[in-house]
Amino acid sequence: MTTKRMAIIATKGTLDMAYPPFILASTAAALGYEVQVFFTFYGLQLLRKDLSSVMISPLANPAMPMPVPMPVVVQMLPGMESMATMMMKQKLKKHGVASLQELRDVCLEAGVKMIACQMTVDLFEFDKSEFIDNIEYGGATMFLGFAGDTDICLFI
Amino acid sequence: MNFDKEFDASGLSCPLPILKTKKALADMASGQVLKLIATDSGSVKDMQAFADQTGNPLLSSSQEGGKFVFYMKKK
Repeated sequence: MTTKRMAIIATKGTLDMAYPPFILASTAAALGYEVQVFFTFYGLQLLRKDLSSVMISPLANPAMPMPVPMPVVVQMLPGMESMATMMMKQKLKKHGVASLQELRDVCLEAGVKMIACQMTVDLFEFDKSEFIDNIEYGGATMFLGFAGDTDICLFI
Repeated sequence: MNFDKEFDASGLSCPLPILKTKKALADMASGQVLKLIATDSGSVKDMQAFADQTGNPLLSSSQEGGKFVFYMKKK
């Protein structure tokens, strides 16, 4: 039985969009897939050493379930983003959902290869010291070398 | 049913029960049995899918005292 392969292109950096790449990558790895994740644009936020800065905004997020309806004019007030992030984190913890840190650690332990898009690292003038150590830096051409021959290829 | 190792994943949501199962099995010898307890209702289908995809047989899947109990043998 040949090993199945999965590629994920992670382009988002908000708390809600951070979960799908890490959950899918860790689960696929647990199932024996060879997994590589390419982090580009805002996905780079997920490679930061400190993931506590990953946030979620209530603004223009009409699909986000809210305990009380919140008009847009309230969503944009100072502090609302921090509050929404805090509430989301509390909810995740209450329901026993793994933290992003835990999921990322599981991925790394399981051999998921994480690649930071060199171009967007340069674009945003990020420093490698801001990111975790055990990752590679590369570009689309390099990643397509792996992604071109996978069973599952996802754009998140 | 006899088991060699037990892991209580009560209170943990997807994908943790599966990730913990994988980790527990990694430290076990072939033929040994893992008992997993979970409260996540999704774990019923997940454990079966995990068994199907990894070849570690799911010996039993049941409910005990409001929790889901699984016995899985390491292949």
